[in-house]
Amino acid sequence: MALFPMIPNADHPVAFDSKWPTQIAERLAAHPQLAQVVPASRLEVRPVPEMVSCGIREIDALTGGLPRGCLTEICGGASSGRTSLLLATLAAATQRQEACALVDGSDAFDPVSAESAGVQFERVLWVRCGQSKSNSPQKHPSATPAASAKRAGFDTEKKFGSKQIEKGVAVEQALRVTDLLLQSGGFGLVIIDLGDVTIKIARRIPLTSWFRFQRAVERTPTVLFVVSQAPCTQSAALLVRMKTKSLAVGRWPLAPTRSSLPVPSHAQLFEGLHIEGEILRSRMQRKPSQSVIVFETASRTG
Amino acid sequence: MPFACIYVPGFPVEAILRAEPELRAQALAVLEGKAPLQKVFAVNEKARRDGITSGMTKIQVEACVQLALRERSLLQESATHAVLLECAQGFSPRVEDLAADTFVLDITGLGKLFGALPKIAREIAKRISNIGLQCNVAVAANPDTAMLAARGFDGVTVIPEGREAEQLGCLPVEVLCAGEGDPESEQLLETLHRWGIRNLRDLAALPEVALSERLGRRGLEWQRLARGASSRTLVPFEPPLIFEEAIELEHPVVLLEPLAILLGGMLEQLCSRLQAHALATQELRLELELENGCIEDCHPEQACSVLAVKDLDETPHRDPASRITISARRASLFRRTLRLPLPLLDPRTFLKLLQLDLNAHPPGAPIVKIHLMAEPTRPRAAQNGFFLPPSPEPEKLELTMAKIAGIVGEDRVGSLELLDTHRPERFEMQHFTPCTENENPRRGFTRIHADQANQKSKTKDSSVSQCLHGGEDLVTALRRFRPRAAATVTIHDGKPAHVSCCKRLEINSEVLWTAGPWRLSGDWWEHNGWARDEWDIAVQEESGIALYRLVRDLLSGKWFVEGTYD
Repeated sequence: MALFPMIPNADHPVAFDSKWPTQIAERLAAHPQLAQVVPASRLEVRPVPEMVSCGIREIDALTGGLPRGCLTEICGGASSGRTSLLLATLAAATQRQEACALVDGSDAFDPVSAESAGVQFERVLWVRCGQSKSNSPQKHPSATPAASAKRAGFDTEKKFGSKQIEKGVAVEQALRVTDLLLQSGGFGLVIIDLGDVTIKIARRIPLTSWFRFQRAVERTPTVLFVVSQAPCTQSAALLVRMKTKSLAVGRWPLAPTRSSLPVPSHAQLFEGLHIEGEILRSRMQRKPSQSVIVFETASRTG
Repeated sequence: MPFACIYVPGFPVEAILRAEPELRAQALAVLEGKAPLQKVFAVNEKARRDGITSGMTKIQVEACVQLALRERSLLQESATHAVLLECAQGFSPRVEDLAADTFVLDITGLGKLFGALPKIAREIAKRISNIGLQCNVAVAANPDTAMLAARGFDGVTVIPEGREAEQLGCLPVEVLCAGEGDPESEQLLETLHRWGIRNLRDLAALPEVALSERLGRRGLEWQRLARGASSRTLVPFEPPLIFEEAIELEHPVVLLEPLAILLGGMLEQLCSRLQAHALATQELRLELELENGCIEDCHPEQACSVLAVKDLDETPHRDPASRITISARRASLFRRTLRLPLPLLDPRTFLKLLQLDLNAHPPGAPIVKIHLMAEPTRPRAAQNGFFLPPSPEPEKLELTMAKIAGIVGEDRVGSLELLDTHRPERFEMQHFTPCTENENPRRGFTRIHADQANQKSKTKDSSVSQCLHGGEDLVTALRRFRPRAAATVTIHDGKPAHVSCCKRLEINSEVLWTAGPWRLSGDWWEHNGWARDEWDIAVQEESGIALYRLVRDLLSGKWFVEGTYD
């Protein structure tokens, strides 16, 4: 299709008029079936989120990193490598000199592991959810386990044991603390560790909470990182499942022994895990052809 | 730059005469010491003419009929000193407090208000006379000359510039050490007397080199004073900055909401005063006086009990059965201290923090008086780097931390610090303050620790194993169980064969693989020693194989599952 020139000539006697786009848009808008048409120049383009390293090269290669301003969920069962990934992410964030917050829904954080992973503690705010010595229920009658659990949306009419109700209290505290942290802002990484919360309880967390968290971190540089046993957020921009493929065991002393004799337990060493990570959902990019990657936390012997 | 000096001769006597002006017409002696060893400390002119001198005992002076005797009152002297200071500051903001009875003022610029220097001096003397004190006022070109003239000459003295030596020459050398009382000065004075030096003119005429050789630096200083040639900078008195607000309530406050309104107003006042001085605060102290408070309801570190005499009832007539009754009101003080990691100056933030704190620690009784104090400090001047990542705003962070502490407890939020011990769970919680410096000390420590762990690699004092895969340090982390879960373990061939845990129902199966035991112990030299055997075990669960750390406490013999490798 020939373009209208700016100056009319013999081939195109009609020149381009700068008012034409506006006039066309107005005529389109007047048409009842095209009333929802919005000029492309007015469409809001959502920028691609900035990606940051999670501290594990293989996971970075698989996912492209962790997106800022989005919710990332890591799920997996026991000994699936979730906590190792959590610590690696925390270490990478603190080494980027970002203030980080860890909402520990199960009070399972191990400082010794974290130090070995390279986490800088002075940059990490650790919130330990659950009952405390100073937070006795007698002074706060509204914070009884049953009331707190019910406030969090857990149906206490059903027969949950006291342990379940305690978990519900911890989850309720975790959600409230996350709300406060996201409203405060300024954190480069906010981790919600629900790794020891059962799937039943985790799935009872209202989806509106996750949606609210997602909206809170939108357009901020905060990475919201959730660790759980099974997918529960339903609105994560990136969802990765972790699974253990095998264990790495070693032998001590290093000198080979006769194969006929069984290796005594005191001569065996747990050296690491062979972990498989799989992308279940990614809203930043098409699912890559290779959505599964294997890496290991194995020590180098010798 | 002219200076004026105010000197009150016989200050202890003047302090008493200020309170009892009727005694000015008679001889007065001030006694000091404990009975019966009281001695005369100071006398007025009339008593001196009657032969009363300092050092005489009370018994000696009691014989004098028209002599009034009073005990020395430090409280009155302190009050008189404060009044003198206030009077001097009414003339000039630069006032040096040399002694309880001596002030030096910088009177530059007062000529436009009062006129010539003699008028200024007379005005100062008149103002001080109006408050009931008699003083000497001297004006000179340097502070020390003015001081010597005030001490040596009665009344008002003005020494023109350039004539200091001439005017001071007739003064006795004793004026140089008046009020000092140190042995060096007395020795120096004695030496001068032996030399026949009686006045400042004689002292000023001595050769400097010879004087310094014999009397040292002190002698040279005295000679400069005698010549009126000393020059020094005035050290003005700076009143201590106290920022506090107090309010007594007509009706006791029971609820925290009206208390918050009162605190809000007080905080606004405090912050505006701090801002006027270009200061901020890092510590707020709240003291609430409670009505009929009970100490048992308050934390012993936060409250104290004060017994006060309320009123004294006397029967109107003398009756053998009459008695004086004393009724005592018991009050208690409730204190809270708010310490901030950074200096702040936002009254709304302070109010919110106080509200959260009082919600968590309510007073427990009606409040009759509120006292709020702020510790002044320089405001923070942080210049963040342009390329550094953003960090939480301190004011918002403090509020957030206070709210989180109200949810999970004060001891369960903050940053942590590892302690230098091998005991398990060796950390303590600290207040979280995001650091903005570009430093990375821990990484180096971690690498060294990791390398040592790899080289040793066989001692089990770490819960992790390390990976150097493609140059990365990847750690297998431990997820701790808090509290650790008690376990029932079946042993076969000296190693765990079956593990079950009542609090962790998923741990109830045969042990597929074990590694260990590794024995750790410590603090055996303390009363809280510990010893344990650690095992790494793998068990089959529904979702797959799971790895746990199994611990046997050697002191109690019990088994625990301490965590899972994840």
